[in-house]
Amino acid sequence: MVYILLVFLSASLLIFILPGWLKKQKAILLSFVQFAAFIYFLSHVSEITSYHSKSIFIEWIPQLGLNLEFMLDGLSMVFALLVTGIGALVFLYAKDYMKSYAGTDKFFFYLMLFSGAMLGLVLSGNLIQLFIFWELTSFISFFLISFFHEKESARKAAFQSLYITGFGGLSMLAGIVLLGSVVDSYSFSDWLSNANAIKESNLYLPGLLLILAGIFTKSAQFPFHFWLPGAMQAPAPVSSYLHSATMVKAGIFLLARLSPVLGGTPEWTYIISLTGVLTMLTGSYFAITQTDLKGILAFTTINALGVLVLLLGINTTESIKAAMLFLFIHAFYKATLFMVAGLIEKKTGTRELRQLGGLIKYMPLTFVIAFLALLSMAGLPPLLGFLGKELIYEAKVQSPGIASMILILGVTSNIFMVAVSLYFARKVFLGKPGNFPKQPNERGAAFLIGPGVLALLSLVLGLSPGKLGSAVIKPALSAVLGEVAEVKLKIWHGFNQVFFLSMLTIILGFLLYVAMLKKDKLLIYWKKINDVVFAVQLDEVFAWVMDKFVAVSKLKTKTVQHGYHRLYILTIIVFTSLLLWFQVFVTRSWNFDIPFTLRPFYISGLALVIILASAVSAVSRSRIVTIISMGVAGYGISLIFLYYSAVDLAITQILVETLTLVMFMAILQKLPRFAVLSSKKTRLRDFLIALGFGSVMTILALKAVNVNLNRSISDFYLENSYLKAFGENVVNVILVDFRALDTLGEVTVLTIAAVGVYLLLSKPKSRKL
Amino acid sequence: MNSVILQLAAKYLRWLLISFAVLALLRGHNNPGGGFIGGLMAGLAIVYKGFAFNAFQVKEKLLKRPERYMGLGLFLILLSFIPSVFAGKPLMTGIWITVPVPFFSGIKLGTPFLFDIGVFFTVIGVTLLFVFSLTQKK
Repeated sequence: MVYILLVFLSASLLIFILPGWLKKQKAILLSFVQFAAFIYFLSHVSEITSYHSKSIFIEWIPQLGLNLEFMLDGLSMVFALLVTGIGALVFLYAKDYMKSYAGTDKFFFYLMLFSGAMLGLVLSGNLIQLFIFWELTSFISFFLISFFHEKESARKAAFQSLYITGFGGLSMLAGIVLLGSVVDSYSFSDWLSNANAIKESNLYLPGLLLILAGIFTKSAQFPFHFWLPGAMQAPAPVSSYLHSATMVKAGIFLLARLSPVLGGTPEWTYIISLTGVLTMLTGSYFAITQTDLKGILAFTTINALGVLVLLLGINTTESIKAAMLFLFIHAFYKATLFMVAGLIEKKTGTRELRQLGGLIKYMPLTFVIAFLALLSMAGLPPLLGFLGKELIYEAKVQSPGIASMILILGVTSNIFMVAVSLYFARKVFLGKPGNFPKQPNERGAAFLIGPGVLALLSLVLGLSPGKLGSAVIKPALSAVLGEVAEVKLKIWHGFNQVFFLSMLTIILGFLLYVAMLKKDKLLIYWKKINDVVFAVQLDEVFAWVMDKFVAVSKLKTKTVQHGYHRLYILTIIVFTSLLLWFQVFVTRSWNFDIPFTLRPFYISGLALVIILASAVSAVSRSRIVTIISMGVAGYGISLIFLYYSAVDLAITQILVETLTLVMFMAILQKLPRFAVLSSKKTRLRDFLIALGFGSVMTILALKAVNVNLNRSISDFYLENSYLKAFGENVVNVILVDFRALDTLGEVTVLTIAAVGVYLLLSKPKSRKL
Repeated sequence: MNSVILQLAAKYLRWLLISFAVLALLRGHNNPGGGFIGGLMAGLAIVYKGFAFNAFQVKEKLLKRPERYMGLGLFLILLSFIPSVFAGKPLMTGIWITVPVPFFSGIKLGTPFLFDIGVFFTVIGVTLLFVFSLTQKK
């Protein structure tokens, strides 16, 4: 398993160094890599039965509870098969699709890395590790969506999706940490064995909500759904991969993964079901009013994601079984349809429904493929979609509590889906030919293999679903439920309640479709009504929030980061002295008994000299006098150090003083004439601040004499300096051995400071660093 | 500044100062001194000659690209961490070896000394770059 991830990573990097003749075939090569991974997973299907799972444990940072844990159970298997299988077809499709664009190396690099990240996500057995892969998918999808970065809309959509999924990801991390603190582990197996402890803790609800924020943003749930239609700015292969097997399915995966740990509570059921229902309705409702092929598909994806979330929220055996099956169904038809949409755009030069029509004459094979996929989307027999819809209805009928409402809304949404599917087929392929910008044809086998295979799968699996059910869905179901469950899929369920609901859906859907066809104006009015009812578009709200956010940040930066060095220093000093004064007053530290012992007269004299020199440097109006008197003060202090036998300190102080003097001398000639530019008021202010700071520092210094220092640290150094570090100079030993990390930090800071000084002072042209 | 006395003094004093700096570096582990002090001394010695000869515009070997000293220094510091890894101890543990020298009891060499040499060079580089940037002609 781990090797597959490494192969994916290295394959994505290898793209750049392939020799020319191989580079032309990179899409085929990568498709082959994906296919090989698919075969690997497929060959292990029989091993992953119900409870049995493979897992790999690699220690990473055990002190933080961070380990690399990979697990392949039934649920991971479903997603791994989808990621690699559809991945192989998407790469094949992308070969022809991306032919005419520049920068395909980059494109395939991102796409391969993306699929690797998704694979890593579904194989993760540690939640922090899962989060890392989760963020990776958000991050790489940003580059994929903005691949046509010269288009403003693509850049905007990419940022939108990054902000939203990034925000969700961070909330999720917080949630994981919260719940992880309950069981003191981030390993999924620990969570599973302590599921009750998590559910009973106070942190359950906040943790659940935070994790759900991550899931809902990633899986485009209402009210975060709006980034998904925007993401159709990506090239068609990306859209088809993003919508079917990856990215948005990551949220579904995590929901299913966590359902045995967090599920089964009323909070879980109601929050998730409600979100799912709302999303389902939003998706199917808006799908009808779209005129852009990819727009229609994007909203049907939102519908499907809503259905999946709803099913996982209901959280019964039936509903989870339906969800697992629907995952496959949706992946198959959605990948197919996006590939077809991309193909149509390529061949006709447009994606607008109004310009399309009668394509069956030019692209018969495409029509057959698309028609199969659309039938599956509508849930008509004998496609796999029919089976899924039956199961979903069954799950909804049996859902506890709010069954009737969910059922009615579910049927409504499916009626819309039937109508949309039929409308799509009718408008694009039938009727009189539209006015295409380009004359369409059907050349390019690679274009058709991907969608063709998937459409066929929808059909074949629909006719004989038994194997899919027992070999793949059953282990997945067992993994989600935490107990072995039987799965028997068959296409004919007999005349029961569910069958009649299906019939009702199909008939009403057909009627709606006819109404839409007959009354083209209906759609226009519909759109107008929408514009009024939904006057406030969520993505506009989002853009507004982001704009304001940036504006506030700018304002804040402008006020706080004004760029006046003197004011920065002023701020630092004022706040430091306020804090210190506060402490002095709180602890009433102003009464202290100062041990005024008389030092040798030369030290007292030295102190006097230092004070004098400081005073002179403050009031002097000649720079040279100021510098020299500051030097006097500095050297004087180093003599005091020497008196207290701090030789190293004294030497360093002398050298630093010298350096300061030298640097002052170097710039002395370049400074303008001394002048008093500040007003009396500012000087008074500065004087008061200096007085405040100076006096508090004095108090501090006087207090320091009395403070009962904890001597154990210095004793440790004194004792061990020679024994452990073979040095008699304790100061040096501390610097280079005991506290070497600190020294490394300091030296690095010095280096950065020096580079900063150089860049600030040197002329732009002579910069050589 | 074009003083013959200063220039002549600088010519010889510089090497004296640098030797003194190296001495401070070498004795640092047991006596006052060390990489930081030595580095400051050596840096000042180089600056001293630079001032005497107005050498900041002249292509003086030691003054060229002072950032190299910083790079070398940081590199040596990082290098000093590596032996501890191979010795199977926590990173940055001091590792000492005794080099046998005839007539002496042997010289002890350790990674902290390498670390100190790294500090020495970094500080030289920083000093030079500070002064170098300040004295550049606008």
